[in-house]
Amino acid sequence: MTETLLAIETVSVAYGKVQAVRGVSLDVKAGEIVTVIGANGAGKSTLLNATIGALGAQGAIRFLGEDITRLDVEDRVARGLLLVPERRELFSTMTVEDNLVLGGFRVPRGVARDTMAEVYDRFPRLKERRDQLAGTMSGGERQMLAIGRALMSRPKLLMLDEPSLGLAPRIVADIFRIIADLRAGGVSILLVEQNARAALAAADHAHVMELGEVSVSGPAAELARDERIVQSYLGFH
Amino acid sequence: MPADVPWIKTNPAAALARSEPSEGGNHGRPRAVDGTILLFLLQDGITNGAIYALLGIALVLVFAVTRVIFIPQGEFIAFGALTYALLEAGRLPGTVWLLIVFGAVAFTFDFVAMLKDGGGVRRLAKAALLDLALPAAIAGTAMLVAGRGFGPLAHAALTLALVTPLGPLLYRVAFMPIASASVLTLLITAVGVHLVLVGLGLAFFGAEGVRAPAISDLMIEAGPLLVSGQNLAVYALTAASIVALWLFFERSLWGKALRATAVNRLGARLVGIRTSFAGALAFGLAALVGGLSGILVAPMTTIYYDTGFLIGLKGFVAAIIGGLASHPITAAAALAVGVVESIASFFASDLKEVIVFSLILPVLMWRSLTQTHVEEED
Amino acid sequence: MNQRLALGTFAVLLAVIPLIPGMPVFWVTLLGNVGLAALVAIGLVLLTGVGGMTSFGQAAFCGFGAYATAVLTATHGWSPWQALPVALAVSGFAAVVLGLITVRLSGHFLPLGTMAWGLSLYYLFGKIEMLGRHDGISGIPPLSVFGISLADPRAAHYLIWTVVIGAAILTTHLLDSRIGRAIRALRRGQIAAESFGIDVARTKLIVFVYAALLAGLSGWLYAHVQRTVTPAPFGLNAGIEYLFMAVVGGAGQIWGAIVGAGLVTLLKEALQRVVPAVFGTSVQLEGVVFGIALVALLQVAREGLWPHIVGLLPARQRAAPKPADLLARRAPVAGTDSALEIGRGEALLVLDQARKQFGGLVAVNDVSFKVRRGEIVALIGPNGAGKSTTFNLITGVAALTAGTVRYDGVEISGTSPRVIARHGVARTFQHVKLNPDMTVLENVALGAHLRGRAGILAAMLRLDRRDEARLLAEAAHQIERIGLGEHMMKPAGSLALGQQRMVEIARALAMDPELLLLDEPAAGLRHFEKTALADLLDRLRAEGMSVLLVEHDMGFVMGLTDHIVVLDFGTKIAEGPPEAIKTHPAVLEAYLGGAA
Repeated sequence: MTETLLAIETVSVAYGKVQAVRGVSLDVKAGEIVTVIGANGAGKSTLLNATIGALGAQGAIRFLGEDITRLDVEDRVARGLLLVPERRELFSTMTVEDNLVLGGFRVPRGVARDTMAEVYDRFPRLKERRDQLAGTMSGGERQMLAIGRALMSRPKLLMLDEPSLGLAPRIVADIFRIIADLRAGGVSILLVEQNARAALAAADHAHVMELGEVSVSGPAAELARDERIVQSYLGFH
Repeated sequence: MPADVPWIKTNPAAALARSEPSEGGNHGRPRAVDGTILLFLLQDGITNGAIYALLGIALVLVFAVTRVIFIPQGEFIAFGALTYALLEAGRLPGTVWLLIVFGAVAFTFDFVAMLKDGGGVRRLAKAALLDLALPAAIAGTAMLVAGRGFGPLAHAALTLALVTPLGPLLYRVAFMPIASASVLTLLITAVGVHLVLVGLGLAFFGAEGVRAPAISDLMIEAGPLLVSGQNLAVYALTAASIVALWLFFERSLWGKALRATAVNRLGARLVGIRTSFAGALAFGLAALVGGLSGILVAPMTTIYYDTGFLIGLKGFVAAIIGGLASHPITAAAALAVGVVESIASFFASDLKEVIVFSLILPVLMWRSLTQTHVEEED
Repeated sequence: MNQRLALGTFAVLLAVIPLIPGMPVFWVTLLGNVGLAALVAIGLVLLTGVGGMTSFGQAAFCGFGAYATAVLTATHGWSPWQALPVALAVSGFAAVVLGLITVRLSGHFLPLGTMAWGLSLYYLFGKIEMLGRHDGISGIPPLSVFGISLADPRAAHYLIWTVVIGAAILTTHLLDSRIGRAIRALRRGQIAAESFGIDVARTKLIVFVYAALLAGLSGWLYAHVQRTVTPAPFGLNAGIEYLFMAVVGGAGQIWGAIVGAGLVTLLKEALQRVVPAVFGTSVQLEGVVFGIALVALLQVAREGLWPHIVGLLPARQRAAPKPADLLARRAPVAGTDSALEIGRGEALLVLDQARKQFGGLVAVNDVSFKVRRGEIVALIGPNGAGKSTTFNLITGVAALTAGTVRYDGVEISGTSPRVIARHGVARTFQHVKLNPDMTVLENVALGAHLRGRAGILAAMLRLDRRDEARLLAEAAHQIERIGLGEHMMKPAGSLALGQQRMVEIARALAMDPELLLLDEPAAGLRHFEKTALADLLDRLRAEGMSVLLVEHDMGFVMGLTDHIVVLDFGTKIAEGPPEAIKTHPAVLEAYLGGAA
């Protein structure tokens, strides 16, 4: 039995009186890539933001067996749960290196130094641009920096919100290669994507969200073959 | 010649003086404006401007990190000046009691928050240490030191130790509970805090004004100008503070964390930087800078419990010119504000406040037109 | 009825208080002070709570009114009533001058600006020879009405409170009108308001001047009740107190202003008298108590007290509007085929090499396409392709870097959303921009703003009821049309997101547009809602309307549209009928590329 890292149990999120997520449950086990796909406004990002604690949620969220539903974002980060948000949220007027340094804010200095070397090994591009301001980089580089910054906290589970958003097809392919590499390196991933085809190809397990609810769940390969899902989310044929 | 404009010599910080409408009429209108007078006005303006620069930078810092437009920054100056001047006069300043009261209130807030969220003994111990023990220790030291004839340096250090913790404690009580509120709500809160601090200033320091002795009797003749040791101290300390702040923000992890919070709050939280930590740190720095400004001002003019507000507002003019964002522009603007004020107080001393505050309007206008604001929906 | 009953009781109570035998004059005077403050606070509620412009400088306008009448009556011997129009004119003129600057300040710069001129004016009042400098002006004559002197506070009480209640009623009327909806749209959703032809800057200025006139009126009354004016009551601290009253009562609540004024005035009096008596100290703690109360209020009950007071009364159910005469329409009426067919097929909206750059980033790269009359055109593309920016270029929210946008042969690039709306272009927003506190009906009626006439005076005096009934009937009709009739009187914020999107469409239709611009209309809709939306758009097309929509849902787009334009990385990569787009290689690459 593999260990369950993250357990989201009947989580609901409301913006004022509007329910954006209704009773969603899902698990992420160690070493897994789990993806949540769905249309714009289906509540995917809301679910991730609630999981990291940036939004208040009803229901229970467990991480490594501990109930983290009421913890602050910062405490979830300290436990190894990291989010790379849809808008990246980089420190745009600071250098690439400072972004990474701050990524390691919650880990001891020595560990942060070693991790930075690893991140630079993984993303040589970031090393080349270490003194450049984050805001001046291209979309793909920014996505790499956002992932690199999250890796600085030595995450046990990395949540990626639309990592392919706004990137050229070639860069998207790079990003998905990085995701596969990360899993190989022992990081579990919860991936939210509109690019359903790529997400299903990368993931072990998938959930489809519609109007705030999970409508279909199953092994990613199976969902990729499901005619209805292909129709709705894999573009048109 | 100085003899023609005696107020410049006797009161080099005339502009910092109390400026109620009751203030006297025209000070001997100049027969002719010669270069010397302009030089005097320039020097006077730059001295005041240096202090406004410190204030402006503190205001920018607090706004960037917490989005609080910190109207009461001036009160930190008043408290710093009064504390230092009273210590120099061999008396125990009211700051001692103020600090203990603030700590007790902050502890109450922490205690209630803990009852609500849980958190156990460690959290309680930490709160007790920071809110109760630390202020008590500082207050105790002050009681031991006050009136024993220690020199200005010890008094200055003690002043900073007394004033600085007021910043984080104030943040804890007034701003942290509504940290995510709109800028407007935070601004109204800041105005409320200003009222409270002025009232407390009166209660803890009394209505009488005090003035500290000059830091040194040094007088250097530089052409037609007399540069006092006090002036030099203001220039040196302002420059040193700005360099120190720059190093802090560029080199230290905490400084970078503050910048990160200012650039992107959500991003900062996502790497584990606690917003409340950053807020407390920013307020601490603001109080430290305020206390320091107070020490510098104390020998230059008589300080009353409510003097800080007007001084602070002038720092504000500078901070706004800097768009509440840029430290260098703020510092430069502060010097300009000082000079404009100095010139205005010479040619139209009656209207100098009117002129200085009216100057904000075109700046705000320009800022509104050049800075794109996201529609804030609260 | 309940509200009228409550108001009547309040008025009777006020009328009786001075008549109670043994009632000390002191209390009547205090009540008069409450009224004077309430008058300012009512204006501030409109300005700050409703209009979203926080002013710390309101006391300065009292100063204008008070000083104007003081100079005219005490120095020049005018009668107070002769001086009244001048006092109001002076306050109003000052408000126009300051307002022209202030309402253009954005975000938190606005309150800082009010602080700046509030302080400047306070110092100015104390420096001007004619205004008696710091000592002010004394010897101001008391008011008299029909020969009855109001020197006695008991007599003045009636005048003050008549004015206060009158102002509150007129202001309430104003808010419940066409102009009132525009005012209420100021705080949330200025972009939406501009898109329906509301001149936001002008509306803000109206509110600003209105609030200043109430303050000037209060200053005029104050001068003749107090019989002397000095700068002190017109400074920044007084301005803060007025704001405090508005916040205590509940920003946005007209009657709350009276409650706030009462509480704050009484509290202040108590602090000034009781605290020294009890603690035997001369130290004024009112500032401390005020400050703490303000900070605590914002932490505990940010919406103020009035909503809690109203919560005690039974809720008033507002009825749906009755049918009324039809509003004049722009386009030929549906069904008259001949008129319809004339224009069909001709180009209505033309983008020619439209370009938008943000610094070095090209968001929209020389895009050209047309929307013909009676056609539904879709703009599609992956996220970040520049669809929303293109939309903003058409609606005037963003300015073109190069190229042109023409509507019905007229170039509209470079004009404002307001002007574009007047051409007959209505839009919805990707992120819903409704005022969540206004009812669905009121939100939709905002869309019909340009089709109404009634102005501010008509609204205050309730001379606008016929005009208003038509607007509301039109709004109701559009709400029925999108199938949300049962939710008409609910606050818009209480609806599901999909329903709110439909309300936005109804609001756009209430404008009687020729071209409808829809930004992701189907997002968040359930399947049957999407079908209903498609049916509605199909019907509108049949009636001759043109539609341009941005949409992600391919099924929705393919089944409905006549023409599709595909953007990727800011560039148009394809356009044509749906069948051609489905198989276009560049489109397939953009949507599916990289993942294969």
